Amino acid sequence: MTAREEILGRVSAALSDVPRSAPGATSIPREYAEVAVVDDLVALFVERVEDYRAIVERVRPEELPAAVAAALGDSTRVVVPPGLDPSLLAAATGVDIITDDGSLTAAELDRVDAVVTAAAVGIAVTGTIVLDHAPDQGRRALSLVPDRHVCIVRTDQLVGDVPEGVAKVASAAAGGRPLTWISGPSATSDIELERVEGVHGPRRLHVLLVG
Amino acid sequence: MTSQPSGTYVGMPAFPTAAKEALDNHQQRKNLHHATHTIRDKRARVVGEVADWEALRVAGAAIKDEVLTHLEDYLVQLEESLTRAGATVHWARDAAEANRIVTALVQAKGTDEVVKVKSMATQEIELNEALEAAGIHAWETDLAELIVQLGHDRPSHILVPAIHRNRAEIKEIFTHEMGKVGQPAPDGLAAEPAALAEAARVHLREKFLRAKVAISGANFAVAETGTLCVVESEGNGRMCLTLPETLISVVGIEKVLPRMTDLEVFLQLLPRSSTGERMNPYTSMWTGVTPGDGPQEVHVVLLDNGRTSVLEDEVGRQALRCIRCSACLNVCPVYERVGGHAYGSVYPGPIGAVLNPQLRGTTSAIDKSLPYASSLCGACFDACPVRIEIPELLVHLRTRVVDEKRSHRLPSGEELAMKGAAWLFSDAKRWEKAHKGAELGGRVLGKKGTLGRIPGLGAWSDARDAPTPPAETFRTWWQRERGTEK
Repeated sequence: MTAREEILGRVSAALSDVPRSAPGATSIPREYAEVAVVDDLVALFVERVEDYRAIVERVRPEELPAAVAAALGDSTRVVVPPGLDPSLLAAATGVDIITDDGSLTAAELDRVDAVVTAAAVGIAVTGTIVLDHAPDQGRRALSLVPDRHVCIVRTDQLVGDVPEGVAKVASAAAGGRPLTWISGPSATSDIELERVEGVHGPRRLHVLLVG
Repeated sequence: MTSQPSGTYVGMPAFPTAAKEALDNHQQRKNLHHATHTIRDKRARVVGEVADWEALRVAGAAIKDEVLTHLEDYLVQLEESLTRAGATVHWARDAAEANRIVTALVQAKGTDEVVKVKSMATQEIELNEALEAAGIHAWETDLAELIVQLGHDRPSHILVPAIHRNRAEIKEIFTHEMGKVGQPAPDGLAAEPAALAEAARVHLREKFLRAKVAISGANFAVAETGTLCVVESEGNGRMCLTLPETLISVVGIEKVLPRMTDLEVFLQLLPRSSTGERMNPYTSMWTGVTPGDGPQEVHVVLLDNGRTSVLEDEVGRQALRCIRCSACLNVCPVYERVGGHAYGSVYPGPIGAVLNPQLRGTTSAIDKSLPYASSLCGACFDACPVRIEIPELLVHLRTRVVDEKRSHRLPSGEELAMKGAAWLFSDAKRWEKAHKGAELGGRVLGKKGTLGRIPGLGAWSDARDAPTPPAETFRTWWQRERGTEK
């Protein structure tokens, strides 16, 4: 007997007391809020992202290129995903901008100072940004290895709480795209439960909220 | 530095023996008190923010029960979805089989090292030791796991395996050990969390950048899509899940969720219960192989290793709802004092006390004693995000342990004592005489208040104080005060 057959057999034997029914036929009590009641999505999102000690700035669309340039700080080498609107980097003069074509190795990305990406969803209650790695966000390594992540979120991408966030990105996952949920810069509380920001992921998260 | 337990759980003594030793470790007790109270307060704050918390717990428990009672269907569906998404699915009956599968996969890539995401399942099967025996170095990349690994220590907490270590101890470990396995700690390393985290970042970065194979577990595996989910904080998980060419995930068969939608419940329950945050810094989800992004060879090992034995028990199977948040450890008065090592497993605390005897059976001294490692106060149930009735399960397992003992031929001291008590209680005259005797004892013992060890009753009285008998019993008092009333 293969391990598969044996395990499935054990499962079925273990459940001999349970009347057979089709999976999914049991209704799950979902009395929790599937849509959060939030007065001011933008204000809450800003407050909650700041709570993680990330930087959040509200910018008008026409101010965005200047805000991107400012957020890059003293970065000299910047990588951008292939689908990101190039005009967003128009004000970043004197910076070496690399558009990812998929060929950069992890070691090469480690020598890049910053990355600029868009996002798929912003969740207000938890202060979370979800990337579905569409072309304006790029492959996962881009927003992981460089130490500074400048992330552009549009106010019309904001939702209230986690259920609305999951609903927005579930189809991307079903279609085979990875998802990265980001809530502040990388952090650890492994030493005496004291939170320290900045471990392996980008130590600086700079969110530009547009609109 | 405090004592150095060996890296394995074989031959662990019974809980009371190990607990006594742990209670004498003052540094550890101080570290644990500080850490458990910090996390307890954080959790209470963020759970208090959620108006529909109880509804989320109810939904979480119901989803897990739906999975467990239809596990065969969901496992088959998960396998289909994973295969369709380009992953290779393996099945492992037990730890040895899982370790053989993973070792062979790593060897096939021609590498002698792997980077690892913190994973309870791989701790449980002692994968690192199996890989080491095959000449493969397994680098733990979670900060706390790194501390445990470099310290040749054992994890003592599900979420924060090095919770028993303080910053000064961690500094010592890093200073002495990092250089032996890679990038050494900087000279004059400060005993500060930020400096220690920076040292770990530098130490691990070269390993992330060169590793060809990564090994992870999964917090959730979605049957409908084949999506695996890892919840973490430091970015070490993202590094492992993204950079290497090959990813092997060892996933317990109880980790399945039916639909993506179900994540909306667990991504609220888990972070708030676990680290006491509204959301953990990073959650990664991947569905098989994504061309041009991340590992191009993806394996999933579905692990039984005793889970089907847990599933067999109608009452006990709810322990498989566990999402390994560790909230029950942090609120437990027993765990807070004795720490995790005394539980003799990678699953310590209240959930360990119900999970280990079910996963491993109740044959060893430690597994027989674990159902008693609790005062049944119920704080664990209140904190559990999936409403596992841990106190009820502990009593259930105590019954199992007692029933197994009963089948032995000679009656135990406890049984004899209970028989004696039954004889005494069943006759009013005998009972009255016993009271007279007790009063005499009470007068002799005077105002001592409690009795410690009682000769001949060591097994019971070693860990329990009994009140000294009163100089006057209630019956005598009643007789004296109200004796004439009818």
